[in-house]
Amino acid sequence: MNIKMPKWFYQLASPKWSYDIMGMLMPWFGLAALLLLVTGIVWGLMFAPPDYQQGNSYRIIYIHVPSAILAQSCFMLMAVAGIIGMVWKMKVAHIVAKSAAPIGASMTIIALSTGAIWGKPTWGAWWVWDARLTSMLILLFLYLGIIALYSAFSNKASGDQAASILTLVGVVNIPIIKYSVEWWNTLHQPASFTLTKKPAMPPEMWVPLLIMVLGYYCFFAYVLMARTRIELLEREHKSGWVTALLTDTP
Amino acid sequence: MTPKRKQRMTIALLIVFGTALIVGLVMYALKQNINLFYSTTQIVKGEAPKDARIRVGGMVLKGSLQRDPNSLHVSFLVTDTAENVKVEYTGILPDLFREGQGIIAQGKLDTQGVFQADEVLAKHDENYMPPEIAESMKNAKPTTEAKP
Repeated sequence: MNIKMPKWFYQLASPKWSYDIMGMLMPWFGLAALLLLVTGIVWGLMFAPPDYQQGNSYRIIYIHVPSAILAQSCFMLMAVAGIIGMVWKMKVAHIVAKSAAPIGASMTIIALSTGAIWGKPTWGAWWVWDARLTSMLILLFLYLGIIALYSAFSNKASGDQAASILTLVGVVNIPIIKYSVEWWNTLHQPASFTLTKKPAMPPEMWVPLLIMVLGYYCFFAYVLMARTRIELLEREHKSGWVTALLTDTP
Repeated sequence: MTPKRKQRMTIALLIVFGTALIVGLVMYALKQNINLFYSTTQIVKGEAPKDARIRVGGMVLKGSLQRDPNSLHVSFLVTDTAENVKVEYTGILPDLFREGQGIIAQGKLDTQGVFQADEVLAKHDENYMPPEIAESMKNAKPTTEAKP
């Protein structure tokens, strides 16, 4: 078995190439994120109809659901980047994973806190130790552990290696979060919004939610590229292309 | 992929699937403990522990809610459509508490088989709809009751 990787895959391994391509893509993602997030939030909070049971308090879904989706997507991305970094010894992959970790942790914190704020008026409790909430809390601790591991070694390569292994161990938690509401009795309701099924709400409710999710993805891409570029400069500060970059700019 | 890379890929995949296997076995062993609540059928069958704080989950049976006019004491039947359990509770109920709605109560079973709750949480489903649509659906089929 001999798998041949496409050319761009190897180009990504070049810090300079990655730095340049990200600098080119960044403004577009930033602009898309701004447009989508403003549209989604105004539509969701002001124009979407209230819910027949929960009234207006359900509107926190427009923050809660995209954050929770991103918290998990970010972890998946870090796991894929971790494997690439480990197997192909690709430094850029580790840098991407390292830059993604704090964003994912923030998304998890937003999902947990908006969930608590939503839980109090609807369920009657800020926090319940059900499978969904607990597995999400474990995800936060995994993120914090990974962030700590990246900076726990004076040799950056050892930190990358250790954090990637923890990411691969932790990725098992992602399907648990996703299926927790189906495998066990939980207080948290099953997903309203999935790729495979029709949304459990009318279009005037799910369209702004979809816009918010896309906006979150663009925002995530924007912040990730910004952080990755800074990390690239920092790690490559002795290499020729960074020196050239710094001396060329007026 | 070079042999070296193949070897490292194998190690990476072993980590993922190894952990998945371990976690899967642990969760299988803890199956019952991860469930947040017991169903009413499990309680009636005696599968839930006595003299321990447990949670019961189900739907509030329509027409079973009784409020004490002089206090915050309420009693109602919780059902999973097969078996019913009587729940007694003193306190403020959450906003979404209503007959036909899912709830989770925490407390103890007393000797008469009545569940003495000290906390009642409302469970809601994943369906959202505007009030007008909910209203017209109700008018369209007035006899159907919400399923759990």
